[in-house]
Amino acid sequence: MSDLEVFRAETRAWLEENCPAEVRGPIKSEAEMIWGGRDAVFATPGHKLWLERMGARGWTAPEWPAEYGGGGLSREEAKVLASELRRIKAQPALNSFGVWMLGPALLAFGSEEQKKRFLPEIVRGEIRWCQGYSEPGAGSDLASIQTKAEDRGDHWIVNGQKIWTSYADKADWIFCLVRTDPDAPKHLGISFVLFDMRTPGVTTRPITLISGKSPFCETFFDDVRVEKENLVGTLNRGWDVAKHLLAHERTMIGAMGEVAGGRPVGQVALDAVGAAEDGRLDDPMLRARIADLEIDQAAFRLAMERVGDQVKAKQAHPAIASMLKYYGSELNKRRHELLMAAGGADALEWESERSRGGSAARDWLRTKANSIEGGTSEVQLNIIAKHLLQLPGA
Amino acid sequence: MPLILTEEQTMLQEAADGFLNDNAPIAHFRALRDSHDADGVSRDLWRAFGEMGFAGVIIPEAHGGLGLGAVEAGVIAESLGRTLTPSPFMGSAILSAKVLTDGGSEAQQTWLPKIAAGEAILALAVDEGAKHAPSRINARAERAGNGFKLNGAKGFVLDGHVADALIVAAKADEGTTLFLVDPKAAGVEIERTIMVDGHNAARITLSDVAVDADAVIGEVGGGEALLDAALTLGRACAASSLTGAGDQAFKVTLEYLRTRKQFGKLIGEFQALQHRAAHLFTELELSRAAALGALQAIDAGRDDAALAASIAKAKAGRVAELAVQEAVQMHGGVGMTDEFDVGLFMKRVRVLNELLGDAGFHAERLAQAQGF
Repeated sequence: MSDLEVFRAETRAWLEENCPAEVRGPIKSEAEMIWGGRDAVFATPGHKLWLERMGARGWTAPEWPAEYGGGGLSREEAKVLASELRRIKAQPALNSFGVWMLGPALLAFGSEEQKKRFLPEIVRGEIRWCQGYSEPGAGSDLASIQTKAEDRGDHWIVNGQKIWTSYADKADWIFCLVRTDPDAPKHLGISFVLFDMRTPGVTTRPITLISGKSPFCETFFDDVRVEKENLVGTLNRGWDVAKHLLAHERTMIGAMGEVAGGRPVGQVALDAVGAAEDGRLDDPMLRARIADLEIDQAAFRLAMERVGDQVKAKQAHPAIASMLKYYGSELNKRRHELLMAAGGADALEWESERSRGGSAARDWLRTKANSIEGGTSEVQLNIIAKHLLQLPGA
Repeated sequence: MPLILTEEQTMLQEAADGFLNDNAPIAHFRALRDSHDADGVSRDLWRAFGEMGFAGVIIPEAHGGLGLGAVEAGVIAESLGRTLTPSPFMGSAILSAKVLTDGGSEAQQTWLPKIAAGEAILALAVDEGAKHAPSRINARAERAGNGFKLNGAKGFVLDGHVADALIVAAKADEGTTLFLVDPKAAGVEIERTIMVDGHNAARITLSDVAVDADAVIGEVGGGEALLDAALTLGRACAASSLTGAGDQAFKVTLEYLRTRKQFGKLIGEFQALQHRAAHLFTELELSRAAALGALQAIDAGRDDAALAASIAKAKAGRVAELAVQEAVQMHGGVGMTDEFDVGLFMKRVRVLNELLGDAGFHAERLAQAQGF
């Protein structure tokens, strides 16, 4: 047996032993998603156990170095782990902006002390992070943020407002872009800082979306004290950190349709519409659209895998994340349009027991943000045109 | 297996690109087309393919080939897509060579070394109607004497007009069976059909064509499995060719966007065109990933290799179709001229799309595989 086969056998055995029954099978409701944090809420004891076991092994961040609590796996081992998790239909042990976004930025830009302090608790899901990027006047033009940090010697005093802060009301800490030099050109006066959401002066207000849910908040900073040791990277060079992190955020959003898993659209449609005598979905036009989607979905899954392999082999352009973000978010929107079409009138139920509180419709509406958050599709296309295609004036 | 080419595969890619750019660039295709060449394909170039090892890429070393895998075959197919080179590669080196390699009969001793050397051209005759439908073969093989009598009509047979031997799929009582047929045998009529892309195919009529029992490749009734494997490989390689053709049309178009001026600006400065180019770039990356994914699945012997090839063929077909349409549209009027190459890509992609099943055919296969 090759090393990889040995690893697969061991992984399979460990998962068999340690993956609780409650976390096997598609996620049935948002409550089942494990986010961790100081005030973590778990759908079942099995969900709690799953996070603890996977976190202890570092497998919530399989490829991070073991010295910072990560799994220390090679890319090939991580693929094996992912395929074994898929095989038993395990739900993610941790959904975490710490793992998806902040961690990679800390690994690239953080000081040794910051890595030692923050990364292990991210891996174990002990601290839940949120992202302070967008502001009312800084959406697609993110670098024009106005939230200011005034230098007070050993600390800053931060004042301003963020918006679209995902789960700010549930987060323990925030990674935040602040303006530390108001006189510099807009990209050169930004710093990347971390602080506790319990710090006096931080308030959050959830925003109700068209889905009727409030995954985003407005976040206000009123004379918030931020310690200088919590600056990540170089003062006034926070834009570099921000961009690095954005690449990871974009890859994450692009992968949303994949990560969410759920039942194949064709199966959902069969349940709702029924099969014709020959066994095919009894709606040929819908069937054709679903087949086209699944072709694109399969190709996209391979493209994501390929980009990951290119990154590992140092063959990837940093802007390639924009490609995944653009395509993946548009694909996810298409997928949910088809899920709605497949569900028909059943999928329209907004408040009923059998619709699990209107989950089909609410999820469908939520995906409309995918092509806006983390940079709109149009911004991603601009980035591709400029950095990957070198088109003039882009 | 990482979804990127290994160092050796990258070297093969450079060798194939280099060889084709030197010996068979688009000008080579134009010369064959414009001189109304009797064969429409160069035997000298095919021999050179043999010398380079390309013609024997998947043929086992014992039969004079390189004994490499699907990924390597796909690499060469992609290069051929870029240069639009008329070549027996798909018909002989991929489809026929795969059937003969797997079939294991005496025919492989005779023909594999000749294919590998670029000395022989073979053609696989499967399609009968306007659309690819290998599960609905009507050609008949009836037992007669010590062999069979073949009747039927085949179409879209790549290189059928210059083939030194034909491999014909026909229905025997036991099921689909593959026969090695001499194109000069009595009852075989071959009509060269020059296609819209200037490449060749043939219509072949078989009227009471007598073949010996040893003309059967593999087992009587065992044609379906042989065909499946060859078609899977062919489809994945066609996906690579489509990716190559689409990508090359895109590259030419990008260059045009960077140099053509209108309204006092380079047209590549217009956001309307930038966004379309960026979208197309993304689609081409998906196409490439899908093709490589299928080729790797074949080499790994995975159960889902046939499905992966269908996904690749469907995706690459749709993407290349978009690429060539955007190429002509973004070139404007000159894109419609025969002098500019982009129109040639449009025609080639249309043919490659139809070859071995179009995007709809393969989307249907996916739907069936996923049980809806």
